[in-house]
Amino acid sequence: MTPETLSEKEIGLGWHPKRVLLILLIFSIVMMFAAFTSGYIVRQDEGNWREFDLPVSLLLNTLVIALSSAAMQWAWYSAKKDEISRVKMGLGLTLALGVAFLFGQVHSWGDLVDGRTYFGGADANPSGSFLYVLMGVHAFHLVTGLVFVAVILSRTFGYQVHSRAMLGIGNATLYWHFLGGLWLYLYLFLLLNH
Amino acid sequence: MAINNPNLPNFSPAVESQGGIGTAPVSHVAHGHGEHDEHEHHDQHWMWKYVFSQDHKQIAKQFLITGMLWAIIGGLLSSLFRLQLGWPEGTMEWLKPVLGHWVEAGKLNPEFYLALVTMHGTIMVFFVLTAGLSGTFSNFLIPLQVGARDMASGFMNMLSYWFFFLSSVVMFASLFLETGPAAAGWTIYPPLSALPQAIPGSGMGMTMWLVSMALFIVSQLLGGVNYVTTVINLRTRGMSMSKLPLTIWAFFLTAILGILSFPVLFSAALLLIFDRSFGTSFFLSDIYIAGQALPNQGGSPVLFQHLFWFLGHPEVYIVIMPAMGMVSEVLATNARKPIFGYRAMIGSLIGISLLSFVVWAHHMFVTGMNPFLGSVFMFLTLIIAVPSGVKVFNWLATLWRGNIRFTAAMLFAIGFVSLFISGGLTGIILGNATLDIQMHNTYFVVAHFHLVMGSSAFFGLFAGVYHWFPKMFGRMMDEKLGYIHFWLTFAGVYLVFMPMHYVGIAGFPRRYYAWTGFDAFSQFADMNKFISVAAILAFFAQFIFIINFFYSIFRGRRATENPWNSTTLEWTTPIEPGHGNWPGEIPAVYRWPYDYSKPGSEADFIPQTVPYSQTQSSNLPYEKDMGE
Repeated sequence: MTPETLSEKEIGLGWHPKRVLLILLIFSIVMMFAAFTSGYIVRQDEGNWREFDLPVSLLLNTLVIALSSAAMQWAWYSAKKDEISRVKMGLGLTLALGVAFLFGQVHSWGDLVDGRTYFGGADANPSGSFLYVLMGVHAFHLVTGLVFVAVILSRTFGYQVHSRAMLGIGNATLYWHFLGGLWLYLYLFLLLNH
Repeated sequence: MAINNPNLPNFSPAVESQGGIGTAPVSHVAHGHGEHDEHEHHDQHWMWKYVFSQDHKQIAKQFLITGMLWAIIGGLLSSLFRLQLGWPEGTMEWLKPVLGHWVEAGKLNPEFYLALVTMHGTIMVFFVLTAGLSGTFSNFLIPLQVGARDMASGFMNMLSYWFFFLSSVVMFASLFLETGPAAAGWTIYPPLSALPQAIPGSGMGMTMWLVSMALFIVSQLLGGVNYVTTVINLRTRGMSMSKLPLTIWAFFLTAILGILSFPVLFSAALLLIFDRSFGTSFFLSDIYIAGQALPNQGGSPVLFQHLFWFLGHPEVYIVIMPAMGMVSEVLATNARKPIFGYRAMIGSLIGISLLSFVVWAHHMFVTGMNPFLGSVFMFLTLIIAVPSGVKVFNWLATLWRGNIRFTAAMLFAIGFVSLFISGGLTGIILGNATLDIQMHNTYFVVAHFHLVMGSSAFFGLFAGVYHWFPKMFGRMMDEKLGYIHFWLTFAGVYLVFMPMHYVGIAGFPRRYYAWTGFDAFSQFADMNKFISVAAILAFFAQFIFIINFFYSIFRGRRATENPWNSTTLEWTTPIEPGHGNWPGEIPAVYRWPYDYSKPGSEADFIPQTVPYSQTQSSNLPYEKDMGE
């Protein structure tokens, strides 16, 4: 592609094209979960719905992912102030907390199975199956978020993330907050409808 | 070839900048490597140029030719089941060399018949009219008509094609399975699609269908986000949203519909995969099969229909809106008149897009839904007639007293309007819940949607190919062959689908392999034969187009830069634009795209790139001071 300055273009929404691409992809993920959660409600209304208890460990996981969002925000803020070593620390912390969240989710699945809530098989009810699907699809997207954050971390080591190159880390921060917010939505949704 | 102005700071939108638009470039990307890039394009390996190309024009051609191959396959399948429907007592023994064990004792295997209609629907709706139509023309026209060098992300655009290709390979391979391809209808309703033991087509064929569609959805999302971003961010100077050609508005809204609706199909398909292979019961409950009770409890097959049609209905607009956009463009150009009601055209596209998300349950009137809910969906469905009526009125008003040039593209555009009216009228009948319950699952429905969205989208596709072929390949298609192709296809489509309405009203059911067991339908034997003959002839008429297309790529008359005297930006590029589209700077835009036959102007068209200061004689009072 021949380079072209964006200043030669009509003003779009004031966002960089990569930011727009990311926001549109986020919309498509939102629609996917809108489908799952609305299907959940429709299905629940039809009866024959086995209630399940949400394990307490999910609350802990929620705290972990909230902390990871805070770490990510700190990394972004540090990048804005050109404090590169803090950026590395913040991104590393985000990765560690993200991985901890995933392990926590797997642990919660163990708790759910102990509470006789199954994904499939003769003993399963759609209520439990939905729960695993919601958590699993969210976890899959969180893995993509981890990859994104790891890429930004590696760029930071190459001095490619600083106050005048904020696009990548800005997009990663946006995506990571979205994934955290998505989990918060799912957790509250499950607390209210189970 | 391309000389970048060395005074301009150069950096590609794909290169990481500092997060804002219009701010000064940072040093490490601003060393003007434009010439260097161009140099690389000349030396690149043929594989990167023709196979894994990131040039939107090349990707568009890849979509088009893949789509054409699929259209031939989809058409062949329909010819096969039309043979069965026209001559249910006839022998198919002569097809045994091709179909093998699907012909038993001279008869088509009934399960294979179901697979034929399923694959015909899937292929035509998704692979031809979604990927082949919107994939081709969104790719080809968006950067050219908004004035961009390429898509926002050429890499994602390339991935979009290759995911489509992979999805095609999987779907194509499923045609050769011993148990046959998916056979539960293109809507793959569970429980039939969810239980591998139900019919042979619900086994491996269905699994491959789901895998293929998952890949297809990834392709659509990668393409769609790119189209939207390109329209939002990469418009050239002066190209405000209210100066965009209607094609771009249509592609833009189509891509938004895809981004919002395909993920929902993905969700439904994922749940179906879990039901099929992981023992969940999202859509299954209380099922006995061959006397055996299944363990699945608590599922709801109607839930699948809700999820499916939440995509499925926007999907029909994803199919038809690009055709609408291209038809608007072709009609205005060849009537040498501004499109009538430009803003109303945009408004009606937006209206159709919004309504498309709130009408899905009109496909489900017979599922036993609450009649009140049904009447809400009926009301919303009938409202769609308003924006559709606006569009039809504006197309006709554009033709009114125009200086019409009957090019092949123009004929297909007019044919589109005709088919859209004929098919749309029966939509009003089917949108009424009370009438729909009577007509449901009859050939009336088949006739309706084949006219309004199947054939008319094909006509839009043909209009687009005939019109933009000179820009794609630098040569012209043969007009005479185009006329023959048009008249055979136009007559063929009406001869196929008009009689189908009559058999449908009489109650002739869809998806029945043979109707000879029912006395009530035997009176339609002749009509069914007639439909089959017309369908097969119309199918073979398409080879005129295919021969014309491939012959013209190599031997067609050479095109000029702007053969149709059109106003939009793509015609300001060289005859065969290279990667980057414009050799020099991208032209700026000063006016809307429909200045045809403007009073006071010498030429009967004024390109978008001509400033008002150069057209003093034709300026309207308020345009006088718009100057540069």
